[in-house]
Amino acid sequence: MLPKVRTGIEGLDEITEGGLPEGRPTLICGSAGCGKTLMGIEFLVRGALEYGEPGVLMAFEETAEELTANVASLGFDLPALQAQKLLRVDHVHVDRSEIEETGEYDLEGLFIRLGYAIDSIGAKRVVLDTIEALFGGFPNEAVLRSEIRRLFRWLKEKGVTTIITAERGDGTLTRQGLEEYVSDCVILLDNRVIDQITTRRLRVVKYRGSTHGTNEYPYLISEDGISVLPVTSLKLEHEVSDQIVSSGIPALDEMFGRRGFYHGSSILFTGTAGTAKTTLAAGFAHEVCKQNKRCLYFAFEESPQQLVRNIRSVGIDLEPWLTQGLLHIEASRPTMNGLERHLVIIHKLVREMKPDAVVIDPISNLINVGNMNEVSSMLTRLIDFLKVNDITALFTSLISGGRTSKLDATEEAVSSLVDTWISVRDLEGIGERNRGLSILKSRGMSHSNQVREFIITDQGIQLLDVVIGPAGIVTGAGRLTQQLQAQAQALAVQQELERKDRELERRRRVLEATIANLRTEFESVEEELRRINNEEQTRQQIFSQGQTSGVSEMLARKADNQQHNQ
Amino acid sequence: MDKNCWELRLYIAGQTPKSVAALANLKKYCVQHLQGRYKLEVIDLLINPQLAEGDQILAIPTLVRKVPVPIRKIIGDLSNEERVLVGLDIRAVVGIATH
Repeated sequence: MLPKVRTGIEGLDEITEGGLPEGRPTLICGSAGCGKTLMGIEFLVRGALEYGEPGVLMAFEETAEELTANVASLGFDLPALQAQKLLRVDHVHVDRSEIEETGEYDLEGLFIRLGYAIDSIGAKRVVLDTIEALFGGFPNEAVLRSEIRRLFRWLKEKGVTTIITAERGDGTLTRQGLEEYVSDCVILLDNRVIDQITTRRLRVVKYRGSTHGTNEYPYLISEDGISVLPVTSLKLEHEVSDQIVSSGIPALDEMFGRRGFYHGSSILFTGTAGTAKTTLAAGFAHEVCKQNKRCLYFAFEESPQQLVRNIRSVGIDLEPWLTQGLLHIEASRPTMNGLERHLVIIHKLVREMKPDAVVIDPISNLINVGNMNEVSSMLTRLIDFLKVNDITALFTSLISGGRTSKLDATEEAVSSLVDTWISVRDLEGIGERNRGLSILKSRGMSHSNQVREFIITDQGIQLLDVVIGPAGIVTGAGRLTQQLQAQAQALAVQQELERKDRELERRRRVLEATIANLRTEFESVEEELRRINNEEQTRQQIFSQGQTSGVSEMLARKADNQQHNQ
Repeated sequence: MDKNCWELRLYIAGQTPKSVAALANLKKYCVQHLQGRYKLEVIDLLINPQLAEGDQILAIPTLVRKVPVPIRKIIGDLSNEERVLVGLDIRAVVGIATH
């Protein structure tokens, strides 16, 4: 394993898998304004401050005073380091007009100076910035080249880790072909302007005896020095949490199997304009602060004051959290900075504030700044970064199309990265626009499949109960109509029932009356019959009585008649 | 000090052939052209490395003309007499002096 020296430059050690080759020269080449000198100085300063390795800066272009002034803005205090014998700056001034050449010479003087500087502070690191300036000072190129070759060998023998900066040439890595002499490690810096936006990129061209990241990595010169942002160095092996964070809306929590989001997961709200993405995001921030946790809110559309005022109108007061320091709103125009810079600002604030949750509202605005690939790679890095740090991240994203249109670029970029994706959208119908919310995905948790209508009230966001009409769910006025219709129907049914009851009652009464009539009738008939019966009996009696007497009479009559006939 | 006095400094690094040659050549020219009007200081950087920075010495050997100003530097073993004299601006001064 090749011994390496950590540069201390953010991200560079990850790309080079440990730093620069120890005791060997490294060439940093790039065009003007790439930050070659700065990278060299940062290598020395970080080495001195963080790793206790003194360093020598041999400056061929700028004087010590100029360099000191230039890097003071980055918080590098060169005079203090010089006083502590952790740094030595030697300005080499080469002026062709002062020099006359006669006969043979070598650059032993340079060796002696460098050797003296190294030995006087026991330097482990050396930066030669920019050694090519010698080519302007000495006319005999052959001597110069052999001396430079000797210098690099000499530095190797001395065992100092060296950075040599060089201007990039036309079609070659360096103008003077220095890459021929430095074959251990070559780092190329590039300054590119695409669509009026400058992006700086770094690439490790070669690294003898070591594997290294081969991609082009964006890097930034920020207030804290150079920051390289490696994308692929992050591995998917972060810790996961089983804790649940509330969304700030109880009814929305209810839609998730575990009543909220996982802590440390990433949540995306997508929606068209005016679908209350910001309100949802602010509601979440409010909820986080209510739990006495810190939240970092990046607003790319509104100023903090405006955001606080607007959100207050829906009954969410962020002001106390701001004063308590639980909430920090960082507002900036997306176009103010390049993408990488935004990312660095986010990184920086996250490290400073150590929030439990980060809200970015909206990420889609960043697209104005870079092209799709860049945005997508930036978001990948951002989400990874937040995940690794166990920070719940909530993003909002503005999408252009309606329900049927294709996925937007941001959606494409982010959707596979986020754990929970909630879509808010317009539900347009009969002359009005309503807002609907649905969960598109939620990793590791069951969730409702309903599209819920929600309204923004003075008390925040309220999800309404689902009303299903003949043609799917109904919203807004349709929902009211539907509800009224349902009420009317229920009433009608009730009335019908009551009517039926009454009818029954009436019939019963009629029947009862009829029964009573019939009974009366029956009684009278019965009486009649009884009477008739009685009469009959009486008649019978009389008849039988009468017959007894009548027989004798009849017999008498019969006898009488017979007498007559004779 | 006489304004026509040349103050010269020769930087060498040990007794290398180039340094030895340079010193010999310089002494010869001074005797020839600047008799009594020069002051020569030879600095061996192997002994005094800290002095290299002050005069911005890179090449060895380097001859520095401190006086008269402006400072001129001549690098190499000083084998080309004409160029050394031009470099030191010696002929011209001598010429003026003879008129």
